Amino acid sequence: MDRVDILIIGGGPAGLAAAIGAYEAGARDILVLDREQELGGILKQCIHNGFGLHTFQEELTGPEYAHRFIKKVRAYGIPCQGETMVLSISPKKVVTCVSHDHGLQHIQAKAVLLCMGCRERPRGSLATPGERCPGVYTAGTAQRFTNLEGLMPGKEVVILGSGDIGLIMARRMTLLGAKVHACVELMPYSSGLKRNIVQCLDDYGIPLLLSHTVVDIQGRDHVTGVTVAKVDTNLQPIPGTEQTFPCDTLLLSVGLIPENELSKMAGVTLYPGTSGALVDETLMTSVPGIFACGNVLHVHDLVDFVSEEAETAGKNAWAYVQGELTQAERIIVETGFGVGALVPQLVSREPLQPVRLMFRPRNVYRNARIIVEAGEQRLYEKKAMILAPGEMVNVVLPVEKLSALKNAESLTVRIEVSQA
Amino acid sequence: MKYELTCINCPMGCRITADYDGKEVTNIEGYTCRRGLLYAQSEITDPTRMLTALMALEGTHVPLPVKTDRPIRKALLPKALEQIKSTRAKRPVRLGAVVIENVCNSGANVIATAERL
Repeated sequence: MDRVDILIIGGGPAGLAAAIGAYEAGARDILVLDREQELGGILKQCIHNGFGLHTFQEELTGPEYAHRFIKKVRAYGIPCQGETMVLSISPKKVVTCVSHDHGLQHIQAKAVLLCMGCRERPRGSLATPGERCPGVYTAGTAQRFTNLEGLMPGKEVVILGSGDIGLIMARRMTLLGAKVHACVELMPYSSGLKRNIVQCLDDYGIPLLLSHTVVDIQGRDHVTGVTVAKVDTNLQPIPGTEQTFPCDTLLLSVGLIPENELSKMAGVTLYPGTSGALVDETLMTSVPGIFACGNVLHVHDLVDFVSEEAETAGKNAWAYVQGELTQAERIIVETGFGVGALVPQLVSREPLQPVRLMFRPRNVYRNARIIVEAGEQRLYEKKAMILAPGEMVNVVLPVEKLSALKNAESLTVRIEVSQA
Repeated sequence: MKYELTCINCPMGCRITADYDGKEVTNIEGYTCRRGLLYAQSEITDPTRMLTALMALEGTHVPLPVKTDRPIRKALLPKALEQIKSTRAKRPVRLGAVVIENVCNSGANVIATAERL
């Protein structure tokens, strides 16, 4: 059996930054595994700009952003094994993988970093009525076809869901010569960035139909049309509001699911609020020595935050290997009013590093306050003109603020909305 | 002429209205911060966009992702796109290599955003 100090599963933005974080902290025996031939993960197909504004103060495209990290990984000489599928991880951190070049491998790691990212919610999870004919794709699959394989999924398009991937694909399909008839959103607001609504839809005259959904898909051999209806406040279609768009393609941009099959095999406890691993502030999961970061932990909206988080996880994995990270007593981080998808869910009583809390507001809140309390003591308070589910909130608590945790029952994060 | 826009700076997405006579932007209303005011002025007088696109690459059906190396005037986007579509890049292409110089006299070069060696 091969042995390695730090084994990283996934060579996307999280895996690359985790490798860099571990190396810069002192680790030298690192291995990155990825199922694709090339590093970079999903960034390879995200050819639009807007990446890295937070980290590099410039707007890079996905491949350019990935390239900066790949260059560093290469310069450090960190081994990366591509075209390798990880089949399982045991609770004792034995990773089993298979590849054309190396056959079946069992690798014993001292620490494992879960960096598998997420996948798109498929049509099957929506219970959309209509024909099961070809022509229905997730937006990311269509993006892979157009941007990596040079294939066009169709010419007349309707998009269901107004997340950023759906908006970006509305523009890409238009630039590639397709007609995008509408972008249909179930909720009364879009979860995409305002910038993408303006620059991907408005710029090209593509209507955004809020509070609408797809109620029928027509076609036998291929999609020939999609019927859309308005929904009421309970999100139920309103009879009589149907309109049909003749089209050959329906793209779905209806959410992302962290890809945690391997985490489950390793016995990692998952947190229903994020569908990712339950972690403490060091990003260690319930299995000692197994860490999680990036979209497999919780779905991010900016890759910059994935990289930051993964670098921290990489550093902590090395600290664990060196025996510097002991699992001290931990308390629960409670989600108060308006707080969803919170990470981390546990925090040490005496943290050695600043604690970064990340969450998604459950709704759109105006004139709100973000509050963090340890028992009666207020550790953090910040005003926000607007909070929305589409924008993840980041709160960093410096170490000197955290002495209050010593005797507190729990730490609570909540949103307070002042009555205007 | 009356303009109606959505501010892109934050999730508020303020609806901003303004008048523009070709010289001066007046009656800007609906913004709630300074960034909104500045956005309205530049978006009305000189709207620009980065263009990212796919270019054909000789000898393969796999396209080459490219971008303008700076934002270009929004009105130039269709022409710039046409020029990119009618150009065929040759290997090897390094990341950042110029594939079209001064596209449509915009002052921007079109550069490769991936390597194809």
